[in-house]
Amino acid sequence: MKLLFNIAWTHVSARVRQTLVGMAGVAMGVGFTIMMAGLMQGSQIDFLRQLVDTMPHITVDDERRSVPTQPAEQEYAAVQMADIANVGKRPGIKYPESVMSSLRSWIPGDVAPSVGTSAIIDHGGARIGITLTGIDPRREVQVSKLGSQMREGKLDDLSRAPNGIIVGEALAEKLGVKTGNTVLLVGGQGTRLNSTVAGLFRSGLKRVDESQIYSLAGTAQLMMGQSGVVNQLRLRLNDPMSAQKVAAQVEAQTGYRSVSWQEANADLLSTFTVRDFIVLTVMGAMLLTSSFATYNIISTITHEKRQDIAIMKSLGMREYAVRRIFIIESIIIGVVGILFGWILGYLLCYGWSKITIFNPLTGTTVPLQIYYSAMHYVVAGGISLLCCAGAAYFPARKATRVHPVDIIRGAS
Amino acid sequence: MTEVALQAVELVRRIEGVVSHTLVNGIDLAVNRGEFVAITGPSGSGKSSLLYLLGLLDAPSEGEIMICGQPTSKLSETERADVRLTKCGFVFQFHFLLPEFTSLDNVLLPMRAAGRMTEGEMRERGLALLGSLGLGEHANKRPNQLSGGQRQRVAIARALANRPEIIVADEPTGALDTASTEQVFSILRDIADQGQTVIVVTHDPALAARADRRIHIVDGKIAEIIGRGEGGRVCEMAS
Ligand SMILES: Nc1ncnc2c1ncn2[C@@H]1O[C@H](COP(=O)(O)OP(=O)(O)OP(=O)(O)O)[C@@H](O)[C@H]1O
Ligand SMILES: [Mg+2]
Repeated sequence: MKLLFNIAWTHVSARVRQTLVGMAGVAMGVGFTIMMAGLMQGSQIDFLRQLVDTMPHITVDDERRSVPTQPAEQEYAAVQMADIANVGKRPGIKYPESVMSSLRSWIPGDVAPSVGTSAIIDHGGARIGITLTGIDPRREVQVSKLGSQMREGKLDDLSRAPNGIIVGEALAEKLGVKTGNTVLLVGGQGTRLNSTVAGLFRSGLKRVDESQIYSLAGTAQLMMGQSGVVNQLRLRLNDPMSAQKVAAQVEAQTGYRSVSWQEANADLLSTFTVRDFIVLTVMGAMLLTSSFATYNIISTITHEKRQDIAIMKSLGMREYAVRRIFIIESIIIGVVGILFGWILGYLLCYGWSKITIFNPLTGTTVPLQIYYSAMHYVVAGGISLLCCAGAAYFPARKATRVHPVDIIRGAS
Repeated sequence: MTEVALQAVELVRRIEGVVSHTLVNGIDLAVNRGEFVAITGPSGSGKSSLLYLLGLLDAPSEGEIMICGQPTSKLSETERADVRLTKCGFVFQFHFLLPEFTSLDNVLLPMRAAGRMTEGEMRERGLALLGSLGLGEHANKRPNQLSGGQRQRVAIARALANRPEIIVADEPTGALDTASTEQVFSILRDIADQGQTVIVVTHDPALAARADRRIHIVDGKIAEIIGRGEGGRVCEMAS
């Protein structure tokens, strides 16, 4: 091995300029890949953080995923009952306080009750459908970041204003309302309620800011025409990433549909998956391209060293040992290139993080979010090394397959 | 008692193609250990082709080569490489030294590839070999700092590195001046006298005459085998 390394070293060190070009190629590929990964994942994590901060991690509501099996269906295989609606069934989660206290005993996080309904907000001729969530301001702070997302007013102001509501900034802008204005809420049952805008919030998620309003639980119950009902439990977990697992456990325990934030945003997350795939493909292509210079060098060397290859084989060195020389060469180029690529990648990420851009989500100018991960360096380096080894393997295989007799005859 | 170092039986090497070409056409030959054999013949008669077969560099189309009694026709390419590494030493008309390596490193190459000795032992042997070929002070020079004769002697030292049973040399003096030719030939002669088997292809009748046996090849076949004393007669025949 030492011998092969020595030979490899003589080859690359005799071609300083070419070798440097090869290393620069690898370094740029690795550097740009790390930069891209940091930027992409940075923005993604930034977005997810916003999502996770804004949404409850798990929402338990009073529906069931499927219509419960009817007793008659259980008894007789032939009986099938379709279209059994929950007619006349009183909405809401039964005994919400005891459900919550039993959940609190094991979930790694907290839970708060709320009342969810939909309504139409009517102001100055504009009618916009919204989601109304009735909350308990004191418990809300345990399950959402709403308190910290307030732009005007406080959560507690809900109880001060008559039928107070907190409106997303984007919605308020659309309607042209300000804190202190009165708007008309129209419920599904035809309930009409004059309510006062007690505050404005901005979550950063357009979807939420344009269609979500909060009120006290009582106000929402009034809109539903169901006093005292609690039809939602909202959970916040210490580890948002465990939401899917916990949601399944909650659903199994309570029988109520429990939706994790991942499930609620499955469409969004699936676009992330597509994005990830595209990014990975592009990065792979970048790394592959960056090893082309290495391919070029190794091709040149194998060509120039045909005689040496022949003589090494004729002396009795095995074909794969000779082939390994060239793979070692590309790995030398690759490893040095990767080290410089790591430095370059870090510097690029650092440079980008100094750049501030206007973020349309929050309406503020923020530094670009860069995600630093050792994984990026390891993966970029690993793929790059593989590409280099591959770039050497094919020319090396071709060159070392040559029969020594053919070369020796030709040379003498 | 003489021991057979190398034996060729019914050796045929054919190049298949649109027009098939027979390079070596049924050669039977036994070479004793410590024997110095010269192969002569007109250009294109198949001398090199035969030598490549004898040194296991090329595989015969038919026939068998036994090295120290071991048949080799069924060996894989890798096994043949292993036999070459330890049992055969090659010297060609062109030195084929690795240009980036010093004389010593070139001589060490087969030993390092075989990996049977410690680095210290290898160096010791490498320096001893170079010294015995009069290259003691050239051990750390690269091939391009050496004369043609010196390079060829380094190549011989490399061929001897792993103490091979058989040394095969294809016109090793073809590109050398008279003095260097003389030197290289006496080295090969000494090697044979010390018990290693030497087979050398040459065009020079005077040199061939110094071999123990001379094998004259024409059209891939043995035309004549002449013992040491009869060298002169064959020279006349060939001229
Ligand atoms: N790959 C090949 N395809 C076809 N013919 C070949 C091939 N290799 C060699 N030959 C032919 O085989 C014959 C024997 O070649 P070889 O090199 O063994 O001759 P030689 O006796 O060593 O000649 P020289 O004294 O000129 O070196 C020559 O006629 C040569 O042209
Ligand atoms: Mg020849």
